[in-house]
Amino acid sequence: MNIRDQWLLPAGIEEVLPPQSWRLEQVRRQVLDLYRCWGYELVIPPFIEYLESLLTGAGNDLDLQTFKLTDQLTGRMMGVRADMTPQAARIDAHPMKSDFPSRLCYLGTVLHTRPDGFAGSRSPMQVGAELFGHAGVDSDIEILSLVLETLSLTGVKDVHMDLGHVGIFRGLARDADLDRDQEIALFEALQRKAVSDIDALLGQTSAGSEQRQRLARLADLNGDEGMLAEARSVLSGAGDAVIAALDNLCEISEAMHRRMPDNRFYYDLAELRGYNYQTGLVFAAFVPGYGQEIARGGRYDEIGRVFGRARPATGFSTDLKTLIDLGCTGAALSGGAIYAPADDDTDLQQVIRDLRNKGEKVVCELSAQPGGAGDMGCDRLLVKEAGKWLVKNRE
Amino acid sequence: MNRTLTIALSKGRIFRETLPLLAQAGIEPADDPDTSRKLILDTSDENVKLVILRAADVPTYVQYGAADLGVAGKDVLMEHGGDGLYEPLDLGIACCRMMVAGPAGGQEPGKDRLRIATKYVRTTRSFYAEKREQVEIIKLYGSMELAPLVGLADRIVDLVDTGNTLKANGLAPLEHIADISSRLVVNKASMKMKHDRVKSFINKIAEARS
Repeated sequence: MNIRDQWLLPAGIEEVLPPQSWRLEQVRRQVLDLYRCWGYELVIPPFIEYLESLLTGAGNDLDLQTFKLTDQLTGRMMGVRADMTPQAARIDAHPMKSDFPSRLCYLGTVLHTRPDGFAGSRSPMQVGAELFGHAGVDSDIEILSLVLETLSLTGVKDVHMDLGHVGIFRGLARDADLDRDQEIALFEALQRKAVSDIDALLGQTSAGSEQRQRLARLADLNGDEGMLAEARSVLSGAGDAVIAALDNLCEISEAMHRRMPDNRFYYDLAELRGYNYQTGLVFAAFVPGYGQEIARGGRYDEIGRVFGRARPATGFSTDLKTLIDLGCTGAALSGGAIYAPADDDTDLQQVIRDLRNKGEKVVCELSAQPGGAGDMGCDRLLVKEAGKWLVKNRE
Repeated sequence: MNRTLTIALSKGRIFRETLPLLAQAGIEPADDPDTSRKLILDTSDENVKLVILRAADVPTYVQYGAADLGVAGKDVLMEHGGDGLYEPLDLGIACCRMMVAGPAGGQEPGKDRLRIATKYVRTTRSFYAEKREQVEIIKLYGSMELAPLVGLADRIVDLVDTGNTLKANGLAPLEHIADISSRLVVNKASMKMKHDRVKSFINKIAEARS
């Protein structure tokens, strides 16, 4: 490495600098306050832990995304968290062990082996909330509402919420008696809505023509709530699990339209994010001009099983840095500062203490320092007039 | 909200064969990319713009939403991995085959690892992995046919249309990897947020194709 390159950060690893850093911190506090008001307990999981618990039921993608190293004390593999959701699930299953619904929220930096997404970041600041111990639609609705509150709090506008349900595809695949390989191949083709590939794959299966027809139509079942009615007629005749999943989605949809009529909801029955561990509703938020999802989540009832305690679970997470970039909350914390002269006067020191107690930013001059009030980012000065210290605007 | 639909196309065969489909959907470019130096072309529909790219860049532009839609060969999509894109329509244009080719009538090289020259590194790796054959892949950017002639590689993986270039260089197609045609690709967020426009565009193109 050339000596001139030594200060460069690794690809996808970024730092947050002023003025953005205070804004990030302010929004971080606001978001956590929001979750506290909704009754969510804050958990602060470790940055690193044994690999097995980090990768619980989450599948191959997370495995590839996780930085690994050997624990010198035990010889076991440890991983730097690439996603905090499994950590929250572990905490719910073990240390907390409640028999009642529990609400957890978390916020922290995660590390990815490869840059993903638009920003190409490998160190997003993940923030999320999970609701454990309730299997009905109420908890899904609460989580969806909380995502939308989070986005609106951070100033992200024109949010489109994309809803789907993995139970529909899973049920149809079971109806059609697909084996594991066929199901995975079809799942991948569905994620790309690659109609010609889907038809080719279905042609190789032994499924009946009705079952095949329904699976093929999934790629096209997307749109606003009107699509749900179409889906009902297309999927009529499918197994009970499929109908139940569709009912579940419709119920959530109706409730969300009632509660948040200003938000735009979009439905896509072929969108199966996190198919490995999701078990019900899945959702993702999009905004215009940003080609990728900015928040995601859904129901994942089975994840705690590996920890010996399968509890129903639903939740979401997002990257605070992305939201800050997209959001337009102008309320920066800066708001100017007061410059205090280098003077040991006890009155002055008391005035400075009082101003700081009121939340004002006071910067003290250091004797013989270069630069003045303006150079130090101050818009006001403390000056002594008639024996009293007063705050004056800088000329 | 941004009303414009941006469509990414690559110059040459894909552009020529896509034009008639676009024309049937009522979209005609204001300039000819072969003579114009413009990279963004206006069309007869003021809300539709065409951007002209290298073929291999089309999936990237569409994945990140710099273009709402695009036309890309299946070869390019396989190499890109296809993540983060929808490919709802096989346009059935710019058809060819992806093949393994080698010296015509040549012997098996009789060594442990074949050297394969290709620009489709990812596709080639997974093709040979599925055959459980360990090969060495040499990434090249063009004129694949030269590599076996000068001893750089034992085989090549490339697109074959008529097979004339292979024949002229004493090569013959050996194995079929995939049938290639061009697909309409769509950005995921555009599909959701510009749903009506994107879906009606897809339907028009689907009609034009049939």
